[in-house]
Amino acid sequence: VNDLPGGPAVNQLDLHPPVTRIASEVHSLHYWLMIVCVVIFVAVFGVMFYSILKHRKSQGAKPANFHESVAVEVAWTIVPFVIVTCMGFAATKTVVAQKDTTNADLTIKVTGYQWKWGYDYLKGEGAGISFLSTLDVSQRELSNAGTPQGDDYLLRVDNPLVVPVDTKVRVITTAADVIHAWMVPAFAVKQDAIPGFVRDNWFRAQKTGDFFGQCAELCGKEHAYMPIHVKVLSKEDYAKWVDSEKKKIAAKADDPSKVWTQADLIARGEKVYAANCAVCHRPDGKGAGPIKPLDGSPKVLDADKLVQVGVLLNGQNNGAMPAWKQLSDTEIAAVITYTKNNWGNKTGQTVQPSEVLAARQQ
Amino acid sequence: MSAVLDHHGGHAHDDHHDHHAPTGWRRWLFATNHKDIGTMYLLFSFTMLMIGGVLALCIRAELFKPGLQYFNPELFNSFTTMHGLIMVFGAIMPAFVGFANWMIPLQIGASDMAFARMNNLSFWLLIPAAIMLAGSFFMPGGAPAAGWTLYAPLTLQMGPSMDAGIFAMHIMGASSIMGSINIIVTILNMRAPGMTLMKMPLFAWTWLITAYLLIAVMPVLAGAITMTLTDRHFGTSFFNPAGGGDPVMYQHIFWFFGHPEVYIMILPAFGIVSAIIPAFARKKLFGYTSMVYATASIAILSFIVWAHHMYTTGMPVTGQLFFMYATMLIAVPTGVKIFNWVATMWRGSMTFETPMLFAVGFLFVFSMGGFTGLILSMAPIDQQLQDTYYVVAHFHYVLVAGSLYALFAGVYYWGPKWTGVMYSETRGKIHFWGSLIFFNVTFFPMHFLGLAGMPRRYADYPMQFADFNMIASIGAFGFGLMQVYFFLFVVVPMMRGKGEPAPQKPWEGAEGLEWEVPSPAPFHTFETPPKLDPTATKVIG
Amino acid sequence: MSAASNHGAAPYYFVPGPSRHPAMAAFGLFFVILGAGQWVNGHGWGAYSLFAGLAIWLITLYFWFGDAISESEGGQYSDRIDISFRWSMSWFIFSEVMFFAAFFGALYWARIHSVPALGSLENSLLWPDFKAIWPSAAPGNTASPAGTVAPFTTMGPWPIPTLNTAILLTSGVTLTIAHHALIAGQRSKTIFWMWITVLLGVTFLGFQAYEYMHAYHELNLKLTSGVYGSTFFMLTGFHGFHVFVGMLMLLFITLRLGKGHFTPTRHFGFEGAAWYWHFVDVVWLGLYIVVYWL
Ligand code: HEA
Ligand code: HEA
Ligand code: CUA
Ligand SMILES: [Cu+2]
Repeated sequence: VNDLPGGPAVNQLDLHPPVTRIASEVHSLHYWLMIVCVVIFVAVFGVMFYSILKHRKSQGAKPANFHESVAVEVAWTIVPFVIVTCMGFAATKTVVAQKDTTNADLTIKVTGYQWKWGYDYLKGEGAGISFLSTLDVSQRELSNAGTPQGDDYLLRVDNPLVVPVDTKVRVITTAADVIHAWMVPAFAVKQDAIPGFVRDNWFRAQKTGDFFGQCAELCGKEHAYMPIHVKVLSKEDYAKWVDSEKKKIAAKADDPSKVWTQADLIARGEKVYAANCAVCHRPDGKGAGPIKPLDGSPKVLDADKLVQVGVLLNGQNNGAMPAWKQLSDTEIAAVITYTKNNWGNKTGQTVQPSEVLAARQQ
Repeated sequence: MSAVLDHHGGHAHDDHHDHHAPTGWRRWLFATNHKDIGTMYLLFSFTMLMIGGVLALCIRAELFKPGLQYFNPELFNSFTTMHGLIMVFGAIMPAFVGFANWMIPLQIGASDMAFARMNNLSFWLLIPAAIMLAGSFFMPGGAPAAGWTLYAPLTLQMGPSMDAGIFAMHIMGASSIMGSINIIVTILNMRAPGMTLMKMPLFAWTWLITAYLLIAVMPVLAGAITMTLTDRHFGTSFFNPAGGGDPVMYQHIFWFFGHPEVYIMILPAFGIVSAIIPAFARKKLFGYTSMVYATASIAILSFIVWAHHMYTTGMPVTGQLFFMYATMLIAVPTGVKIFNWVATMWRGSMTFETPMLFAVGFLFVFSMGGFTGLILSMAPIDQQLQDTYYVVAHFHYVLVAGSLYALFAGVYYWGPKWTGVMYSETRGKIHFWGSLIFFNVTFFPMHFLGLAGMPRRYADYPMQFADFNMIASIGAFGFGLMQVYFFLFVVVPMMRGKGEPAPQKPWEGAEGLEWEVPSPAPFHTFETPPKLDPTATKVIG
Repeated sequence: MSAASNHGAAPYYFVPGPSRHPAMAAFGLFFVILGAGQWVNGHGWGAYSLFAGLAIWLITLYFWFGDAISESEGGQYSDRIDISFRWSMSWFIFSEVMFFAAFFGALYWARIHSVPALGSLENSLLWPDFKAIWPSAAPGNTASPAGTVAPFTTMGPWPIPTLNTAILLTSGVTLTIAHHALIAGQRSKTIFWMWITVLLGVTFLGFQAYEYMHAYHELNLKLTSGVYGSTFFMLTGFHGFHVFVGMLMLLFITLRLGKGHFTPTRHFGFEGAAWYWHFVDVVWLGLYIVVYWL
């Protein structure tokens, strides 16, 4: 294995090399604090070990009998008090700077899903772009097989978050199901993503390159498998990237009023299923543990197609089955059609995007 | 001396309980004797330490190499969760209650605990709770896997075992509250005449304050998990934003309990160490009064720092700053304690039997954990380190090298009084040095992992973290073996009475009423209040 | 034989001998939690386990208290034990206060923090249509960003809660009258006023049951009515449960009074129950102000 630039280094002993001003400040705060702590530690335990060596019975030491002194007690209350207050002052400026998310050039909403990240560019150059970012499937399989390999093992994603260098990027975090945390150590950013609420944080990357992080709040079984990859581009490259993304969006946009054939929907649905549902419901649709099987599920087989549409749009069991609103109407129609006609399920039913759209608007 | 006490039993008004210890299983099941109940607490907590330890070894085995080796991630999360819960609620807390049961009546010259039957109920409630907790592994969906902090809304996704866990924790909470009431009342109302509060051994003091903390925060935990229960099953919206609730509200309530909880696990340890260091330095404890005040300050401050576990949830900047400063303040009273202990050792006449070794080990290694705590308390730094292995390193330094070491020290120190035999000094030393070395091998590398950004509660990790994880896992197995050694070669022989008979006061410099009764301590002690000398450390009639 | 009459013979500190009650109580509670955990997950047998466990536990408590009462009446309890009881009851009530504090805290957080935050400008990204108005401040508002909560009417302070406040306050007075009567040695007067107090407690519970029915059937206010419903029912529900327990305590004390227990100078059982009742009273005042009024 080699070091992964922007990610962990082999046997790294320290915080990541800072790439933002805040990260540099945190870095030096940490050094200072370490030094102060080590000095106090050495001083206190120096005294203790000196005493252990000299004042032992085997050395013939006779016990003294002092056991009280208001003066020393006051001294060693006040001195540490002053020390910690100074430490607090040193950190205050950074706390305030960290919390100042105003005047951002680019605003991106980061949504945590079990178990992937959704990125929506809200404001600034690139507004309107949005995509999901998932761990590379082959790496998940390597993990299962117990045969990990590669320098970016567990850190490679399909679609990295792309941002321009030297730009104040405000990230707004939220989540769809449970709490996640969006962490990029090189930027000193870690922000919980809380369902139903938004939180924000910011960074201004000073270098181009790839930077890696991972989900930092226990979010269920695939918690270890939802990495973060931020690609910092020069401003020109970023503009080019935005341009090409916009074109792709235009090309890909599914028209929800298009009428599909069942076979096409099933083919599309298979992909949607593999990307989103198979983690829990398993590729064979049998579910596992508390996860309900889809194969033979009464809700899937229900003659009223809206039953399953409702489950996908709103979730079920307090979000144990999350809502999948973020998928497009076509994707939802496709995956429902797929599950209704796969494995042992032979309903013959077809759900069209327009029906999902109608259900969504109710 | 002891002879005097034996005759002191006072037959005249003693017709309702027999003079001889009840025998057989009834002695334990129906116990009302604080010593027997204390023994049961200690054995229970040791069993839980073993179970929690085996779970920890499962974690470490899985993390030995990157890639999934033995367990699927869901099971791994259950291991982490159950390891945390069992260690905190099953091993450390009951162990301290066991110490309190054994030692507080002896130290303050009381005949027993204030409410002997309720005392037994406190103990026996732990059994159903432990069965429910451990049994949850066999329930459909597996054991709870939401971390020991049981954050909503992940808990809403758990299977039926979550409810078993919630009810088990209700019961354990009830047990803790009853135990605490018992301890407080015993201390406030049953001290022998002359044993004023400010002459009381520090162990009793620390427990008095701990019990207060317990009564204040266990009900709050009960509230939090009750809300989880109703959110899960009865459609309430405490933690559900769709209905106007807030997942972060759970965290506030939980940590209002959780932070005092960590001091609940360390204050009695301070008490034990405060008994041992003067005994082996052959010098009175330095700054007794300030020790009492420091303990109380820690307890009071512990109520206003909880959100240092929540810096990354996104608090307003004022909240961030308030909790940062408040947390850092706790270093001051804790420092006072450390300084007082060192001053006690200064110009003493020290020997290093096993209890003293563990006490000094405690001082040294716990302080390292304290300093990493201080580093974590700095909001900007914590945003880098929160939920990484740095935090795991921090709390094992304070919990294992803190609480657990103090417990070991206490077992070696008071074990002769409990069992009437001395442990083998060589074996004690092997246990100490083995534990100290393997402990650091296990947990020191975790600091590096955390700084490098390895998140906690991960079943698998990037390749760059492999070496330190491997070292940690090797250390963990070594540390585990040392505890097996401790059990087989120290605890078992002492329990079977193998070893040199212990004198009434095995430690030259020890002071206190517990050394005024024979070893092993007879079934009934101080049935009528002893008459004490002016220092309240000796019985004079 | 009453406690005071052979006071001199009481041991310095009575320590009971071995007892089967604690282990039995724990045994019963095992079935309680086992059953409860299963029942909430839809396994019907859980209910049997729960109630069997409760029965074991209650029977055990009955015998346990029986033992304690006969020890007390048998003159085994010295003044020092009396002090122990006082301390323990105070600390127990403190723990109850903290339990309620958790729920009051939840209400505070929901009103002051989470609902306003959900309706804030920033959060409009997620819930564009949600207006942060606490339900009791605006009729018809459901405090439910997702719109998943059916509209309901909130419970105002008039008339039942106010009546109930009056009832509880009165019961505090009647209880004090009974206490003074006991101290003055007027047993039948004591018993009379105790019955009045118990009856007031029962009336309170009756009113509350009626209020709940009213909420469910006419106001459409349910446990599932968003965070308002959650905090409303959990706070008033736990309080009601405590009233029920306190009422039982008073009832048993009354029955014991009828049997000639307690003396004008030593009657901690009475006082403990009274303290508890006053505590329940104070919690109600908090509820009345915070839940119904504000
Ligand atoms: C026994 C238990 C115990 C103890 C005693 C402590 C003690 C302290 N802890 Fe720790 N802590 C835990 C158990 C404990 N902790 C646990 C279990 C967690 C994780 C929970 C979870 O998430 O699962 C945790 C997590 C935790 C966090 C959150 C980390 C995160 O999740 O991001 C923080 C942050 O502030 C913190 C801080 C502190 C501080 C400042 C102290 C202080 O009390 C330490 C004070 C001591 C010293 C400072 C050393 C001695 C002092 C001197 C020699 C004097 C001179 C010193 C100076 C002048 C600086 N702890
Ligand atoms: C309270 C006390 C306590 C104690 C004593 C311990 C003891 C140990 N803990 Fe800890 N631990 C916690 C409290 C504690 N822990 C908490 C609260 C968490 C957080 C949980 C969460 O995230 O929710 C945690 C989490 C935690 C993690 C992080 C898991 C994760 O994030 O996924 C790890 C990883 O290494 C770990 C390891 C260990 C080890 C190796 C020990 C060792 O010290 C254990 C040693 C003991 C034994 C090993 C038992 C004796 C041996 C036998 C019975 C025989 C078998 C032995 C052999 C054959 C060798 N613990
Ligand atoms: Cu998402 Cu952990
Ligand atoms: Cu804390």
